[in-house]
Amino acid sequence: MSAIALLVVGLLAFLTGYHVYSRYISTRIYQLDPDFVTPAHELEDGVDYVPTNRHVLFGHHFTSVAGAAPIVGPAIAVIWGWLPAFLWVTLGTIFAGAVHDFGTLWISVRHRGQSIGTLTERIVGDRARVLFLLIIFFLLLLVNAVFAVVIANLFVANPGAVLPVWGSLLVAVIVGLLIYRTRVGILWPSLGALAILYVLIWLGQYVPFTLPDVFGFAPSAAQLEAAAGDVTAAQAAAHVDGMRAGWVIALFVYAFFASVLPVWVLLQPRDYVNSHQLFVALGIIFLGVLIVNPEVVAPAVNTTLPADAPSWFPLLFITIACGAISGFHGLVASGTSAKQLNKETDARYVGYGGMIGEGTLALTSILATTAGFALVVGVDGWHQHYGTWAQASSGATTAFVNGVGVLAEGVGIPRQVAVIFAAVVVISFAATTMDTGVRLQRYIISELGAQYQVKAAQNRWLATLVAVASCAVLALGIDRGAGGMRLWPLFGTTNQLTGALSLLVVTLFLLSLKRKIWVTAIPMIFLLFMTTWAMVLNLIRYYSDSQAVLLAVGGAIFVLELWLILEAARAVRRALTRRGEGAGNGC
Amino acid sequence: MSWWGALRRRLRAAREIYEGMFVAPYRAQIYREYLEQRDLFLLAGFSDLLGAPNPVAFYTLELYPDLIEQFHQWHLRMGMERPPEGGFRCC
Repeated sequence: MSAIALLVVGLLAFLTGYHVYSRYISTRIYQLDPDFVTPAHELEDGVDYVPTNRHVLFGHHFTSVAGAAPIVGPAIAVIWGWLPAFLWVTLGTIFAGAVHDFGTLWISVRHRGQSIGTLTERIVGDRARVLFLLIIFFLLLLVNAVFAVVIANLFVANPGAVLPVWGSLLVAVIVGLLIYRTRVGILWPSLGALAILYVLIWLGQYVPFTLPDVFGFAPSAAQLEAAAGDVTAAQAAAHVDGMRAGWVIALFVYAFFASVLPVWVLLQPRDYVNSHQLFVALGIIFLGVLIVNPEVVAPAVNTTLPADAPSWFPLLFITIACGAISGFHGLVASGTSAKQLNKETDARYVGYGGMIGEGTLALTSILATTAGFALVVGVDGWHQHYGTWAQASSGATTAFVNGVGVLAEGVGIPRQVAVIFAAVVVISFAATTMDTGVRLQRYIISELGAQYQVKAAQNRWLATLVAVASCAVLALGIDRGAGGMRLWPLFGTTNQLTGALSLLVVTLFLLSLKRKIWVTAIPMIFLLFMTTWAMVLNLIRYYSDSQAVLLAVGGAIFVLELWLILEAARAVRRALTRRGEGAGNGC
Repeated sequence: MSWWGALRRRLRAAREIYEGMFVAPYRAQIYREYLEQRDLFLLAGFSDLLGAPNPVAFYTLELYPDLIEQFHQWHLRMGMERPPEGGFRCC
């Protein structure tokens, strides 16, 4: 199978979805009205509520929702073969993810730009608001822990990426200060920052940095068993554990300070520089595929799965989360984008189109790991890399980074530089998500503190410390960090649950307007069914592996899941009763 | 539309998308920061209108006509539909 063919089929599917399905939804289901007065006009304040050109808003929305998760998920899921991953990314994006993003944007616009959390309380009920907060809390806890492990693994595997990543922090701070405190404008500091970043990436190959192993862990029983009695190999594995643990701690120390700084000092300039990296990376991958045209060597459906790998059905649907549907996007759509929508009809382009962009990113991850990566290691090497589930999870980003490296070589960029570039892209996205995640967790802890009158929890430093410590304990609590990627399915589940909850809110609103609900109800039921099934399988596995931390976190998420299903059933029944009584309250 | 017109339209869209990732995240932050500084200036110059003694009220009164519109925006932003008692008579 040619990689170009896969790329073309994927892009054509996305285009068809946008031009046919989203048009149907916008005209027949959501019934977008070009004359509706959007919150940006009704409540215009020049700060949050600003009528914005639809292309400008698309650029802002897309860069806000794009991150490392649509790269990591597909890079793990290709262990089941490229076909299941490809189908879930394309069909999931078209029929679930994009409908969700479009729907949350539209419903927020119809409710004066209110966030999905507020709308949950208003449309589903009081208890659902608490449920929403708890799901978000777990989502942030897991995303911070998982991304710390992802970054640590990449630093250990790519010492050349250390200099550009940490160097870019300093550059971002300088850019932030120049933009806000001087009159030099945005363009020149930004271009200068990009130039310095690329020089650092080039320098990274000559100045690799390996973190000293300060922990000096002894080899674990599992490592001794895996090394088949070879003590030197087991010690090397324990040494990697020590380095990874060191990086995880360093990252959380960074996240602690980054999340208490004003957003304009570090977060915004970094986001901006990262956005450029995203577009450059996408361009390099597409060009690389077109020039190199590698064969997709991974099997379409892997019939020789490793013994420890679970079945693709239903685990696929929580392994690829953000690349097909993501509850996090609903927070962005209803939090910021809805306040800036110039016309209601722009919601289709911004919401549905933004998710198509995210699906494209997931598609490039599939191509880089099943075609590009295989060119480096060969067919046998590919099967060896994906030889165990644990290895596929922890080595997912390595496969992506090396895959991008070989595709970039086709464009004329030296492979070593391109590998560092790809590692920097993934690390930067994951680190920015960590900054934001820890910051949001601090807000939630402070909010809970205010609600229950715990003054200590309202202290900014203490709340941040609690957020950082809980994530670090989770990241290092599973086999000293080596099993950190086992949290990925739990992150995927929580993310899908957030999406299901948002779809429930949109479905109930459609019911109240007496419109067809299948476009949102079917993905919601599908998500709830698949995540519940996958969680049962996961919990059984955690129990049989005696993984107490995973069992505790997974058990808590499972309870939230059951709670959500009960709330959904109750709310839908109530809405149907009202509808039967003719109590529609359309806006 | 000619192919040249279509190309120009697409290039303009690409430029605007770029502007979105470039300007939009900064715009609100910069404006918020600007408003905070403006509010501080209002407080420093006209604290007497809000009930706090102001030794330079006689001199800052000269700015009154220029700042009425800003004061109006301030109390709307603070969630007050009408100006507070004793303040600017803006609406």
